[in-house]
Amino acid sequence: MLLIVALAVAQSAWAKEAAPAAEDPVLERRVMELSAELRCLVCQNQSLADSNAPLAVDLRNQIREQMQQGMSERDIIDFMVARYGDFVLFRPPFKLTTLLLWLGPLLALVAGLAALFYRLSRRRAAAEVELSESERARAAELLRATDEADRR
Amino acid sequence: MMRFVLPCGIFLALVALLGAGLTLNPREVPSPLVGKPAPSFSLPQLRAPDKTFSAQEMSGKVWILNVWASWCPPCLVEHPVITELARIGIAPVIGLNYKDRPEDAIAWLQRNGDPFQLSASDIAGRIAIDYGVYGVPETYVIDKRGIIRYKRIGPLTPQIVKDKVLPLVEQLSRG
Repeated sequence: MLLIVALAVAQSAWAKEAAPAAEDPVLERRVMELSAELRCLVCQNQSLADSNAPLAVDLRNQIREQMQQGMSERDIIDFMVARYGDFVLFRPPFKLTTLLLWLGPLLALVAGLAALFYRLSRRRAAAEVELSESERARAAELLRATDEADRR
Repeated sequence: MMRFVLPCGIFLALVALLGAGLTLNPREVPSPLVGKPAPSFSLPQLRAPDKTFSAQEMSGKVWILNVWASWCPPCLVEHPVITELARIGIAPVIGLNYKDRPEDAIAWLQRNGDPFQLSASDIAGRIAIDYGVYGVPETYVIDKRGIIRYKRIGPLTPQIVKDKVLPLVEQLSRG
């Protein structure tokens, strides 16, 4: 009996813990979609949507309010970047300081392919040995000898 | 011979690159706010809630804004450094009490000493969001024109105060 009471109390306590969700499920989905794109700076490998750090909760509430005020996703992202820098974006913008970040893998791929083709072409060059006249005659002789051996 | 030297060289270069990456602190995110005007705010004072403090009151002065909270252990670690900085008196040190209960905050100051000229209460943490705060304590040096010139995320150390904060404040005060 006590256990049931305890559980009921615990459950109601949980219910109170829930974040103040907007009435409107469409708005709530927009809030979660946008906050999934933004990094929680307290626990850096989580998004604002995933994190329950107090700051993440505050920022989700901030996003919800801003959406209710009619700000667009773009406006809210600009708001966050102005305060926390490009680092809050899980998809960083393409600009001079992020050039290496975006093009680095491509450069590595090109460098790898170049190295591969260089090696392959060298190997082919090494395989194609020029035979002198006498070597060619000797090779022909050997081939004929094996041919005759096979026939017998 | 070459076929071993080259891969080993590439490997060592990679180790050096990744090793250097490990020594960096991912929490030290360069703030986009340095060089920008300090966001204006007006908040109740911690010790006199009927009075407000606004950032504009500090215009014409170089000042230091320290974000702290009684629930924040690193703030306690930093506290002697802030106390020393305030004692030197090179610039007014204003506290921004972040997401704290005023009674807890006042008790904390009574226990540990109050180095601040005054503290402003940011109970909802809204002003801190404008300042891009994400890890208390944080410290800002703001110049006479209200531009943020330096931001420290995490506790100040005597070394940082000596090497960064004091020279910067001196330079800004002259200018």
